[in-house]
Amino acid sequence: MKKVIALLLALTLVFALAACTAKNPEASPSAEASATPSADAAAVKIGVILVHDENTGYDAAHIEGIKKAAATAGIADDQIVWKYNVGEDEGCYDTATDLVEQGCTYIFSDSYGHQSYMQQAASENADVTFVSMTGDTAALSKLPNFKNAFTHTFESRYVSGVVAGMKLKELVDAGTVAAKNKNADGTIKIGYVGAYPYAEVVSGYTAFYLGVKSIVENVAMTVSYTNSWYDPTAEAEAANQLISAGCIILSQHADSTGAPSACEAALKSGTAVYCIGYNVDMLSVAPTSALTSSQNDWSVYYTYAFNCALKGEDIATDWSEGYATGANMISALGASCAAGTDAKVAEVEAALKDGTLNIFDCSKFTVDGAAVTTYLAIDTDGDWVGDTGEAIANGVFSESTLRSAPYFGLRIDGITELTK
Amino acid sequence: MNPKVREPFVRITKRDGLASWRGWLIRLISLILALAVSAIVIYAMIKLNPLKVYAAMWEGAFGSEKRSWVTLRDTMMMLCIGVGLAPAFKMRFWNIGAEGQILIGGIATAAVLIYCGNSMPTWALLLTSFVVSSIAGAIWGVVPAFFKARFGTNETLFTLMMNYVAIQLTSYCVALWENPFGSNTVGVINQQTRAGWFPSLLGQQYMLNVILVLVLAVSMYIYLRYSKQGYEISVVGESERTARYIGISVRRVIVRTMMISGAICGLAGFLAVSGASHTISTSTAGGRGFTAIIVAWLAKFNTFVMILIAALLVFLEKGAMQIASQYNLNDFASQMITGIILFFILGSEFFINYRLVFRGKKEAK
Repeated sequence: MKKVIALLLALTLVFALAACTAKNPEASPSAEASATPSADAAAVKIGVILVHDENTGYDAAHIEGIKKAAATAGIADDQIVWKYNVGEDEGCYDTATDLVEQGCTYIFSDSYGHQSYMQQAASENADVTFVSMTGDTAALSKLPNFKNAFTHTFESRYVSGVVAGMKLKELVDAGTVAAKNKNADGTIKIGYVGAYPYAEVVSGYTAFYLGVKSIVENVAMTVSYTNSWYDPTAEAEAANQLISAGCIILSQHADSTGAPSACEAALKSGTAVYCIGYNVDMLSVAPTSALTSSQNDWSVYYTYAFNCALKGEDIATDWSEGYATGANMISALGASCAAGTDAKVAEVEAALKDGTLNIFDCSKFTVDGAAVTTYLAIDTDGDWVGDTGEAIANGVFSESTLRSAPYFGLRIDGITELTK
Repeated sequence: MNPKVREPFVRITKRDGLASWRGWLIRLISLILALAVSAIVIYAMIKLNPLKVYAAMWEGAFGSEKRSWVTLRDTMMMLCIGVGLAPAFKMRFWNIGAEGQILIGGIATAAVLIYCGNSMPTWALLLTSFVVSSIAGAIWGVVPAFFKARFGTNETLFTLMMNYVAIQLTSYCVALWENPFGSNTVGVINQQTRAGWFPSLLGQQYMLNVILVLVLAVSMYIYLRYSKQGYEISVVGESERTARYIGISVRRVIVRTMMISGAICGLAGFLAVSGASHTISTSTAGGRGFTAIIVAWLAKFNTFVMILIAALLVFLEKGAMQIASQYNLNDFASQMITGIILFFILGSEFFINYRLVFRGKKEAK
């Protein structure tokens, strides 16, 4: 009996295989036919690949942005296929090709680690446009259907740094800054919980630091990495370490509420510490210690991209916009913010919008004690010649102009990274 | 027996010699019951038509040609690991270390692809990866086997620990080969050249995976059932003393069997890296080394029955993913359905091996 069943199973499999192979020739022409670009609004189908779901601030911001943009551009709910919790591994490639199979003509992925799988899918499906948000290889890949986009997150980080700086000034004036909050050289300790040690994070924490420094000159920052985009426990642990080391202001480039929760707990138990969040408003978990959060409004990009899709136009290979178009902002100021913060923020924001304020002004920072005059921004082939040109012109480091993803990878004086 | 002892309301007795069609009938009934219970849960919790949800699950696994092939590819991967585990478990050697053996095979393959990708033709890369990954897996299997055979160490703990070593080694290699720098991922290896990737066969990207695993499965079936070594494995599994009495070198059988088991699991790593993902990360094995234990046990080490069970598990996984996407459900909701179905299927084995005797009923002879 067992043998008969085994034989039957084997036969079924053989037939199943034969059926799959036989179907192949008919299937390919129909796939080609359905993929021809169309300007018809109803024919556009969007695929969305998210690294987590609405429970993390970062993905929630993307989901919100897409929904808002779809409403603005007139794309119906059933024209969007959502894929949640897609890891930064081969599963992303499978998901992307599956979205192609479902008839999606524009596919967006929201996390950096998705990029190389998106690129692979893009090289195999020339009729479908793939956008790897926050990615950096679109231009170099030379694939016409592979795109990158990134907001100027460093701008909102700078502004949030200004908010933190105002608070720090208030703390200094009130005499709250104790000896344990200061280094041997008299600089005040602030901390930063970062995800991974690469340019996107470095650019962000440097902007934050420069924002603080624009208000309070003598600050020194310690950066602690979690090696994960979302890990509430590790982020809380990193925050607690920074707090016990004496940091009086914390910020983060990680997606959970771990660090603000830790700050709130510390503040309640009598340690003065205030924090700046990322993406989501942290006031719900840290009503007294949270000052504000740096935020991205992804709907600005998605609206642009969806409109391109509807008109049948090509999406820009590298899209990057910030405060000027409303793609960046900070969340509502918390109750603990210093007096006069909103006026100062308004002033900084106006300067960012009209371009009179350059965040990475080379006269504002040094590397190993010297001013920086030249920077090899993007050198993927390792020949020590920049692939896309010089990043520094007229004493200003221009971030996100050579490509959409940040490339400010300098470790400037005043910031120490804790690398294991 | 003391006649005054009250007979319990229900007691459990071992079944012997159950006709195999009745076994399959019980399994079928349990599947139907599982679907019925899931239907109630689906309706009660998420207010959806259960039939539509089941249709969506089917859609997720076989909804298009591509999906069918991905399902088939993952089934083959699961089958490969199950085939690798079969001889070890048949010998009653608790090889919990498939996860690590897969990762080591995967690292070996990735190393070949990264370091030799530009200097060798694809056939040579594939052959080298095949050999290197199976050797790596075999080593990972032989180490605990040697200690078990020589010093009587506990193989369950030993193989489990070997997993952690392999996971750490993988993290180290990921950091070593990360691309681009700082990203903490290896990304797609040889993206431009596709060197060392499985070539398409008969126009199908994953055909080679299927052929390789089916060959392995058939060979293992023959090996376990008809070869002298296969017989030795089952004797050692039934009773080590009997084996020793009839002159089988138990030590040799343990080491040799684990070498084979580890090598096949190492090959699964080769399949995962070269044949499917083209990358390496700690999620390359993705818990399949553990899931495949269910596959091997439920099939009672019959590699053909394993196909069915591997397919069912992969089907449930794909189905759960599809309902999560289609109905905008949280992943956990769809995994609950998978859990219910698995629970019933595992539970059916109980009713195949044992029966409940209620008070007052005579035990059937």
